[in-house]
Amino acid sequence: MLKSRLLKDRIARHYMLTATVMAIFFLFLIGGGLFLKSLPIMQEKGLWTLLTTSNWRPFKGDFGFASYILSTLYVTGIAIIIALPLSLLTSIYIIEYASPKILRAFSSVVDLLAGIPPVIYGVWGTLTIVPFISKSIAPHFVEFSTGYSVLAAGVVLAIMIIPLIISILMEVFSAVPKEMREASMSLGATKWQTVKKVVIRKSIPGVIAATVLAISRAFGETLAVLMVCGNFTDLPKSIFDACYPLPALIANNYGEMMSVPQYESALMFAAFLLFFIIVLFNVISRLVLIQIDKRYQL
Amino acid sequence: MELITAPLITVPLTIEQPKFKVMNGSHSLNPHIVVENLNIFIKGNHILKDINMTIPDKSITCIIGPSGCGKTTLLRSFNRLHDDNVDVKIKGKLFVDGEDIYTKDTEVTHIRKKMGLLAQRPCSLPMSIIDNVVYGPRLHGVRGRRKLYEIARHQLVAVGLWDEVKDRLKTPASTLSIGQQQRLCLARGLAVEPEIILGDEATSALDPISSKTIEELFVTIKDKYTVVLVTHTLRQAKRIADYVAFMYMGELVEFGTADQLFNHPKNQLTKEYISGGFS
Amino acid sequence: MNTKKLEEKIFKGLMIGSSLLIFGVLLYILYIIIKKGLPSLSWEMISQIPSGGFYLGKEGGILNAIMGSLYLIFFSVVISLLISVPVVMYLNFTLRKKSRFSAFARLTFDVLFGIPSIVYGAFGFTIMIFFGLQASLFGGIIAVSLLIIPVMIRSIDEVAILIPVELIEATKSLGATNYETIKVIVRQLLPGISTAVLLSVGRGIGDGATVLFTAGYTDSIPTSLTQPTATLPLAIFFQLSSPIEEVQNRAYSAALILTVIILMLSFSARYFSRRFSKNKI
Repeated sequence: MLKSRLLKDRIARHYMLTATVMAIFFLFLIGGGLFLKSLPIMQEKGLWTLLTTSNWRPFKGDFGFASYILSTLYVTGIAIIIALPLSLLTSIYIIEYASPKILRAFSSVVDLLAGIPPVIYGVWGTLTIVPFISKSIAPHFVEFSTGYSVLAAGVVLAIMIIPLIISILMEVFSAVPKEMREASMSLGATKWQTVKKVVIRKSIPGVIAATVLAISRAFGETLAVLMVCGNFTDLPKSIFDACYPLPALIANNYGEMMSVPQYESALMFAAFLLFFIIVLFNVISRLVLIQIDKRYQL
Repeated sequence: MELITAPLITVPLTIEQPKFKVMNGSHSLNPHIVVENLNIFIKGNHILKDINMTIPDKSITCIIGPSGCGKTTLLRSFNRLHDDNVDVKIKGKLFVDGEDIYTKDTEVTHIRKKMGLLAQRPCSLPMSIIDNVVYGPRLHGVRGRRKLYEIARHQLVAVGLWDEVKDRLKTPASTLSIGQQQRLCLARGLAVEPEIILGDEATSALDPISSKTIEELFVTIKDKYTVVLVTHTLRQAKRIADYVAFMYMGELVEFGTADQLFNHPKNQLTKEYISGGFS
Repeated sequence: MNTKKLEEKIFKGLMIGSSLLIFGVLLYILYIIIKKGLPSLSWEMISQIPSGGFYLGKEGGILNAIMGSLYLIFFSVVISLLISVPVVMYLNFTLRKKSRFSAFARLTFDVLFGIPSIVYGAFGFTIMIFFGLQASLFGGIIAVSLLIIPVMIRSIDEVAILIPVELIEATKSLGATNYETIKVIVRQLLPGISTAVLLSVGRGIGDGATVLFTAGYTDSIPTSLTQPTATLPLAIFFQLSSPIEEVQNRAYSAALILTVIILMLSFSARYFSRRFSKNKI
């Protein structure tokens, strides 16, 4: 009896360990697999050429990723520039100023929308943002824009990541102990001063973590961007021009992947690039957070 | 293997256990737990220093002392609850029934089955009342609805909870009051047929009536079990203890019968503590 | 003194403005999806597969995508549960606290959580090529499982931290082995695990980029693991680009159905966590 129980315990322990090691191993498996797949093109063209040239003629064997990389960076940059301040202002208002009723209503709406799939945001973007840019905004700045543009992609992405950022930020801000706020107020600080000097400062690590997650999400988003970015392989000259980020490149061309030489390797290189940048970014931000934590404790 | 299955159904309260002459004097003790040179370090701090004590069976031993003196640490070392904590280092020997429980070969579930622990706050498991009571017996291999029901009824009667819960045995245990839950936890502990009941300030979170009920239960069950209680109220120790251990700053200052320790303390510190000099 | 008050006023105005803006935009999204989807939503739409091809055929509905998504998510959730529950139990209740291994494991899972779904899709595709598989339900299941395992681990890990030590000690004091203790803990964690499941279903069912390469697309409902399968996000994506209005309408109603599924998941997640938190210790 006892023997069979101990045996079960041992089996369970091994199973749990195996599952854990396997789950950790996924990360390395994904990285390794994509790296191996993209190795042929890296060896043939050289990493530097791939990253810095922007000629893209798969049939002639030209694979330059520069415009895709820049498109990705533009789109992500615009999304964060729009989303972060709005999310910060909103979540501070909801946590610090709004009544409990509004807090409850707002947090359920945010939770709801954080779960809405990217493709829905894409549909919405094509129906509203794209025509709006084409008809109402772009004419003030450029001669012509279809609306499928860097700006459209950035705005749709921003709206997509806003619920995500807000739901994390609300948690972060409400984790600041009440006593800390009261201590500041009792020293004669106004509400706003308390928010600025105590709440926000105390929440910096959380804000960074939320931003990192939002950037990761925006950086690799595929369908929502693909539907509104225009998919045009040239360096965008203004935010009203079409662009072509890396995830969209992969998604649009996987069909021909097997029929053109080196195409598979090129697209897998794009996937590896996304993977590598995200991992690097996450690890670095983690190190930064650890440093901040240390400084806070001192 | 057999040691678990056979006696389970028949033992509780029905078999007349042979009486030891424990209460007559301090010489005829029948040792149940023997602690030899026990030292415990937590994160490098010396929490327990050279503890030597012998806890007699079929009696109530209370461990008293100011908070932070190490009494809970000592109690938890009896059923090896420190095992999962990397910060705790234990040196010394601890014998239960003459068997050293801190050897590598000792199977920890076997040790723990011998001892029921009653924590400060009752902790009901996330299941029904009856499943709580028979959780232990089930683990140790008892099968059959009737058998399990009988065990549950028996133990719930023993802790005086039967009449209160017999109509709702299938409801979640978390619906009981704190006092009821603590009695449920005692029933659950008794159901694994332990020899020893450990109580870690088991009444401190309870209302006065529940706390009195639990106290009386301890007195009732001491014919069959060795009861070791950590208590922070001197009065409780005076009411129910047969033996008392007084600890201070990680050391065992004095150990003796309740009468000895409360009426004729040998040590100056003990004298001061029991007269309320410090707490 | 005056500038201080002015600053507070300006910021408060900005905050209210941005809150209203966000609230408005979010409601506007729902409004557009409903307005576009509702007129074309019919019983035919959810009970029939498309006839004459999903891209050009005017008749039929999106049952292929609904069933495909349900199959896909069901198997993926089962696989993910088999991995993520043991992982969380191991990290929290078998390993001793503060081990380096668990810190490393958590960092890895956080990174995995941030990896874009298209990368999971691309990786799933290379695995399939490696094993000589075609785009199929099976391939989709692998990719979606990879995507939601980190989601599940993270969200179960969050509630596992709240398990009181007393529960573990109470169980162990009765002579339970580590495995037996974990069974009790899993029971206590059921509401948290349900929430995690709902969350991952939402994430997995709505993600198009993972299934794009791996599950493919088809007009019929798959009858075996090796057949390709349609999914809701791709039903939206592909059919929206069709020049035929009826087909586009199928995309809009698919968008509405997907949104309704997500809203229901979200509501039940809230219901679960509220309902069960009462029964916790």
